[in-house]
Amino acid sequence: MILGLVADGLLAAGILALALACVATRRAFASAALFIAYGLLLALAWARLGASDVALTEASIGAGLSGVLLLGGVRRLAGLAEPSPDAETGPLLTVLIGIGCAAVALAIGAAVLLLPDPAPSLAPQVAANLATTDLGNPVTGVLMSFRALDTLLESAVVLLAVVCVWALAPEGGWGGVAGPRQPIVRDGPLALLARVLPPLGIVIAIHILWVGADAPGGKFQAAAVLAAMWLMPWMAGLAPAPRIDARWLRLVLAAGPALFILIGLGGALAEGAFLAYPPGWAKPLILAIEIVLTASIAVALALLVMGPPEPPR
Amino acid sequence: MTGTIFGLVGAALIGIGLFGMLVRRDALLRILSFNLLGGGVFLVFGAVARRGAGAGFGGDPVPQAIILTGIVVAFAATTLAVALVLRLAAAKDRA
Amino acid sequence: MAWDMLPMLAVMLPVLAMVAAVPLGARGAERLTLAYAPVGLALAIGIMLVVQLGGVPIRQELGHWAPPLGIAFRADGLAAAMLLTAALIIGAIAIFARADFGTAAGAVERRHAFAFWPLLLGLWAAINLAVVANDLFTLYVALELLTFAAMPLVCLDGSRATLQAALRYLMFALLGSVLYLLGVALIYGSAGTLDIVLLAQRVRGDIPVMIAIAVMTAGLLAKTALLPLHLWLPPAHAGAPAAASAVLSALVVKGSFVLVLRLWFGVMARVPMPDAAQILAGLGAAAILLGSVAALGQARLKLLVAYSTVAQIGYLFLMFPLLAASAGEVAAKAWTGGVVQAVSHAFAKAAMFLAAGIMASRFGHDRIADLSGAGRAMPVTLLTFALAGLSLMGVPPSGGFAAKWLLLSAAIGAGQWWWALVILGGGLLTGGYVYRVLAMGLRAGDPAPEPAPVAWQRDGIALALALVSVVLGFLPLAAFGLVQIGRLDVAP
Repeated sequence: MILGLVADGLLAAGILALALACVATRRAFASAALFIAYGLLLALAWARLGASDVALTEASIGAGLSGVLLLGGVRRLAGLAEPSPDAETGPLLTVLIGIGCAAVALAIGAAVLLLPDPAPSLAPQVAANLATTDLGNPVTGVLMSFRALDTLLESAVVLLAVVCVWALAPEGGWGGVAGPRQPIVRDGPLALLARVLPPLGIVIAIHILWVGADAPGGKFQAAAVLAAMWLMPWMAGLAPAPRIDARWLRLVLAAGPALFILIGLGGALAEGAFLAYPPGWAKPLILAIEIVLTASIAVALALLVMGPPEPPR
Repeated sequence: MTGTIFGLVGAALIGIGLFGMLVRRDALLRILSFNLLGGGVFLVFGAVARRGAGAGFGGDPVPQAIILTGIVVAFAATTLAVALVLRLAAAKDRA
Repeated sequence: MAWDMLPMLAVMLPVLAMVAAVPLGARGAERLTLAYAPVGLALAIGIMLVVQLGGVPIRQELGHWAPPLGIAFRADGLAAAMLLTAALIIGAIAIFARADFGTAAGAVERRHAFAFWPLLLGLWAAINLAVVANDLFTLYVALELLTFAAMPLVCLDGSRATLQAALRYLMFALLGSVLYLLGVALIYGSAGTLDIVLLAQRVRGDIPVMIAIAVMTAGLLAKTALLPLHLWLPPAHAGAPAAASAVLSALVVKGSFVLVLRLWFGVMARVPMPDAAQILAGLGAAAILLGSVAALGQARLKLLVAYSTVAQIGYLFLMFPLLAASAGEVAAKAWTGGVVQAVSHAFAKAAMFLAAGIMASRFGHDRIADLSGAGRAMPVTLLTFALAGLSLMGVPPSGGFAAKWLLLSAAIGAGQWWWALVILGGGLLTGGYVYRVLAMGLRAGDPAPEPAPVAWQRDGIALALALVSVVLGFLPLAAFGLVQIGRLDVAP
């Protein structure tokens, strides 16, 4: 009991200290590095809160992929001609905004403390209905059955984000290879890991996907690991990025969401409600959706980190 | 107790992230602050989930699923923002 | 009955089309969009007929899971009106945009031609989802879908100014979404459900809920561009291509507005907030007056039309104190007036932006002072602008007049006569800036472009949208009873 409180207190202090440091520091690179550390502590906090699926997602996507994205962004921004940045906000305005934000934080804190006791919860309803999905992991049950619409829409949002990132390609870059050219890295830790890790990572990702039906895990975490296993060789110059007009790439991107929608429409025809699974078919359908969706989302996440195609130099 | 502690941490993160978004001028730092703000909101949700523990689960699964979806969507938004910032910097470079 | 599938199809088919548009490439996506547009229109008309004739909202529980565990769709009168508006406007814009974003057979795919169609389909899906979904978190996903679809449309031409406008828009939009999500967390923690109908029954005015509503409203106001959170709108809407500006002003800002309505008169149906509503309408009044004054002083046509949007959005918020403080007939008038304002402004503003775009492309610039001769060179386009302007001013007969008359009589009926003054003042100022453009266009000037044959795919579409905005005023008031169906703030 006391040990738990001490652990929580240390985690809380660490998270807040890192967050303050992120905001206060002047150099973008330091800020991004601190952000990755903050993300890892946050994943531990999720584990303390008993939300293991969220902890995995925070570690892989929130800290991992976001960290890669921000560090890469900092690096590329430094490489471009740096015009004089806009003047920093004046001290008086900074103090006023600080007071305002502190007030907001206090209000939210008060709201958290004043939440009703006993807390209303849907856990009993989830427990009562989980058997229809043959799943053991209640979060997967919520994601793929009770609130499957949100998961479907989220996969569509991720696909739309890829279209958006491609739409930001500069003139002359359309149709080319995604992201900036990566120089070939022959030795050093990146080259070693890029050769050794991908097969391991793919196996781990498949395991995370498979075990997500009954234990913490699932397709988003698996997709993030798969995306990372593509990004590492790409950053080492060992694996090429795809051309964005490649037919296979676009088909893989669309396959997951399209399958999800078609199964949903099939449920509408067969059972009278969108995304209703025929009894006994729930688990096979859910697995089918998850497998194809993992591939689509993995490709999408990798493309999002790689960025828009650049014109050839 | 755990839930309340991290709920308050979430509230503090919301204040910190909001401050960073409004005060810092560098675009990447503002994006980073937006991620801090998002993390704070998710922690508040997490506190709600922890308080809803019951029926054999360590936390209410519905908010946990929502947080998961939210993390993915926030990541997609971050990629859009970073791509936009880089494109803008490249456009300034050329002009 | 299979009718309950209609709202679901209205949301899912555009999503499926958007997903399919990616592998199809630019030309395939264009043809898919044009093929789907009549289907979407038929669905919207069908929903409107079912709701009107049945008198009750259409409900479907997705996956047969009932709320609070599952998610429900609920197409009420407001949703039906917005679905039809979105279907008509997006269909029109799809035809208009073929000239700028179409791909000829066998031509190589270009960036903006590839991106436009999935973005438009995603936007359509997002608007439909935002008005039909009955779950607070699904509405959050709708908001994000809307932002992701709208932001690239702003900077589709790739110029530095539009990229800057798009970044500012994205920052405002993301801040708005995350504040909304915070409110969702607090509401779930208080009530244990995210379904709007259940929340209307469960919610009491305790502190976490009030803080949640305050935070969510602030976030949604940023997305709806209500003064003082409107700073992102003029550069974003003015810099975008004409088709994009039209859909941004007409539909995107209305999506978050519908969410504010769902919060205040759905979730908080039993907890009226009259004082807060007065503040909201005060901001609306400031938007009407200051936005119109700003429009009067603009040198560029597109910026004038953008500031006009800032002003017209203010009218939408005048309905809040009228609804919060009254009941029965007066409240019904206020509700109808606000919704008709949203719909008729959508058509009028879309027509105005399309007309402005046609004029800009013919003249090569959009400086108002140098627009003389437009009446002679492009009579249909100038007529479109005039008709749209009449609706915005509130000149009878037009949809804008019907909306403002309803709001006016509701204001007087509720004893809040000061809003009536604001409405009248706003009408005068709107007339001022519309007259400015028309007077300049009707002058015989030189050098004026040669009169060109009317391109019906562009001029005709713009004119048709303006005519719809005017024809709305010819409908008998009973036809507007549609939007009353399914209101949660009316005692059963």
